[in-house]
Amino acid sequence: MTVVYKKSGMLTDAPFHYCPGCTHGIAHKLVAEVLEEIGAEGNVVGVAPVGCAVFAYNYFNCDMQEASHGRAPAVATGIKRVRPDTVVFAYQGDGDLASIGMAEIVHAAARGEKITVIFINNAIYGMTGGQMAPTTLEGQKATTCIYGRNPEINGNPIRMCELISTLTGPTYVARAALCDPANVRKAKKMIKTAFEHQLNKKGFSFVELLSACPTNWGMTTEQAVDYVKNDMQSIYPLGVFKEE
Amino acid sequence: MKQLMKGNEAIAEAAVRGGCRAFFGYPITPQNEIPEYLSWRLYEVGGCFVQAESEVAAINMVYGAAGAGARAMTSSSSPGISLKQEGISYICCSRLPCVIVNMVRGGPGLGGIQPAQSDYFQATKGGGHGDYHMIVYGPNSVQECVDIMYDAFDVSEKYRVPVMILGDGMLGQIMEPVELPEFKDLSKLPRKAWATYGDNKGKDRQIINSLLIEPDVLERHNHLLFDTYKEIADNETMCEEYLCSDAEIVLTAYGTVARIAKSAVDILRSRGIKVGLLRPITLYPFPEKAFIKVAEQDCVKEFVCIELSMGQMIEDVKISTQMKKPVKFYGRVGGNVMTPEDIVKFVTEEDK
Amino acid sequence: MENKIIIAGFGGQGVQSLGMFIAYASIHDGKEVTFLPSYGPEMRGGTSNCSVVVSDKPVASPIISAPDILIAMNKPSLTKFESRVKPGGYIIVNSSLIETKVKRTDVKVYYVDANDLALKAGNAKTANIVVLGAYTKISGVFTPEVMKAVIEKKFAKKPKVIPANFAAFDLGYDLE
Repeated sequence: MTVVYKKSGMLTDAPFHYCPGCTHGIAHKLVAEVLEEIGAEGNVVGVAPVGCAVFAYNYFNCDMQEASHGRAPAVATGIKRVRPDTVVFAYQGDGDLASIGMAEIVHAAARGEKITVIFINNAIYGMTGGQMAPTTLEGQKATTCIYGRNPEINGNPIRMCELISTLTGPTYVARAALCDPANVRKAKKMIKTAFEHQLNKKGFSFVELLSACPTNWGMTTEQAVDYVKNDMQSIYPLGVFKEE
Repeated sequence: MKQLMKGNEAIAEAAVRGGCRAFFGYPITPQNEIPEYLSWRLYEVGGCFVQAESEVAAINMVYGAAGAGARAMTSSSSPGISLKQEGISYICCSRLPCVIVNMVRGGPGLGGIQPAQSDYFQATKGGGHGDYHMIVYGPNSVQECVDIMYDAFDVSEKYRVPVMILGDGMLGQIMEPVELPEFKDLSKLPRKAWATYGDNKGKDRQIINSLLIEPDVLERHNHLLFDTYKEIADNETMCEEYLCSDAEIVLTAYGTVARIAKSAVDILRSRGIKVGLLRPITLYPFPEKAFIKVAEQDCVKEFVCIELSMGQMIEDVKISTQMKKPVKFYGRVGGNVMTPEDIVKFVTEEDK
Repeated sequence: MENKIIIAGFGGQGVQSLGMFIAYASIHDGKEVTFLPSYGPEMRGGTSNCSVVVSDKPVASPIISAPDILIAMNKPSLTKFESRVKPGGYIIVNSSLIETKVKRTDVKVYYVDANDLALKAGNAKTANIVVLGAYTKISGVFTPEVMKAVIEKKFAKKPKVIPANFAAFDLGYDLE
């Protein structure tokens, strides 16, 4: 019998708790596969966020640390500085990274910490039940902006890749979308490049993944995928923003 | 050979000799000599130093480094320590050994930059959210700062409970002769089975975590923490007794204030007044046994608790002595410090 | 023996280093000592003071109620600390900057023209060392040899300034 598909050894056997149509599972799978492909097994520590991916430490089959809300880049800095030869990654959502943890992500990037940050941008607070995120689109409805995000009242979405790529410390900054097989393959390539930057001690590497949250968006999974493809990408264009 | 050293610098050097290899901090007066010293010193011994973007980030870097098995520390002063409280709560729940130095300045708010002891409650009662404690020391001299700092990582690692050194602005700035200990041999330290070295695989992989979502699991964890605190109280409590055996009035104070009180005891004794001093060295666990023992002495008529606060340690004094004798309070705040004569005056006038 | 000294003046007059010389001399001589500086914004341009306690036994309080010796380098310092000096104690007044006389009659007062003597020694910055010389003579806690050894050690990296500092010390020490 030929094996046509095998779950990555960098994932545990614990079943994901994510909702149907959520793309966290795809992101986990891609990160795990890349870790395996670059031979990081037995030499990697991951940092989990607060948010929907809070239980990421149950899924990645490696040493893990659970950070407080927004502080994953600081925790990862602490680990990397005392274990400079260990692969260290942080996995964060949009509220965690772009709101409460804005200082930590910007400064870890500016210092050029040799870590890799995977940023899941689904433009909503998932775990707490659909409140507005810093990346929520103009007009997008959330439980704390029920008529849609109004810049006059709620401010404007933040483009993290664009912001991070202005800094000197990062050597790789890219954005992909988890909306169809072709884009998922592109995302994996970007994640791999990001980790290679870390392995080669080049600098800080950052990959933003546009993700779907049908549950809190109030959409079917199909509608959600379309939303990522059309609405989100018009505000958050895909591509490599910095590569050195 | 003794050398003259400033309290902050002596603590920094003792930390290095005691095995500290990672420091994360943010500038604030009056503790800046600690990060300044370690910013170059740690790189001489193969360690690392990061000036973090905030106190919040600094304590979370300590979390990461301590979780990865390193001897990591941070230092700050009152407003900065308030910012670290969230991280300290996570560190305590995750049972990560580390050292936190607080060179206390007057508050509340931005307060002042002169010496105070007004963070006693915050240090000894938890400080952040949830049920937890740190091991809190209140050294009274540069030498005692060195001795406590030198062994702080050993104690912290033994119990997996962070150590806080609670100094006051004076203790950081004062210069005194000190004897520095030899470097600890870190190669003899055992591997920490619980740490995320990154090389654990499969069922041996380690998770540093403070999220315990099942009520029964979280309850068990709280009990585990408090069983540890009980063990610490049995083994690590420290207290100094000075001329208490025949004392009618027992002064009680910690840190630099205890030295001012000691001079007051000497002055009062020279005038024929029987006064003693009871000085807690560990503020958590509080030396309850020493206090009840002295309180039960027939000769003791009263306690006078002396602090650079509006009265915080006095609550532990009252609890520990079970109110068997009256406890009076004398304090100065705002960065003002009493002189020995001030204490003498308080004791003699209150006694009339 | 216990010698409690308060030294006060403007920031920049060498108040802290004067106190530290006494502290280093104590270590050199095998004595116990505490040196407690004032700290914070007042260090820069404002008033500056420090408390030094030298003793044969471990020092309890680093905070001084009544100093045995007050060294006042400027007028505000004399005004602030004059009343606190122990009866029978000493006040060293930098008469280059303080024109008024000490009002108290129960203390011994030494007027030292520190700034002028520093110029005479060849370096205007040595006014505090002139006073250190006067302190050494008046207190009798340290021999001049000990103090000079400390001065030599502390200026080891700038040997050029040592002669002027020695001269300044002698001018202070030899005052009547």
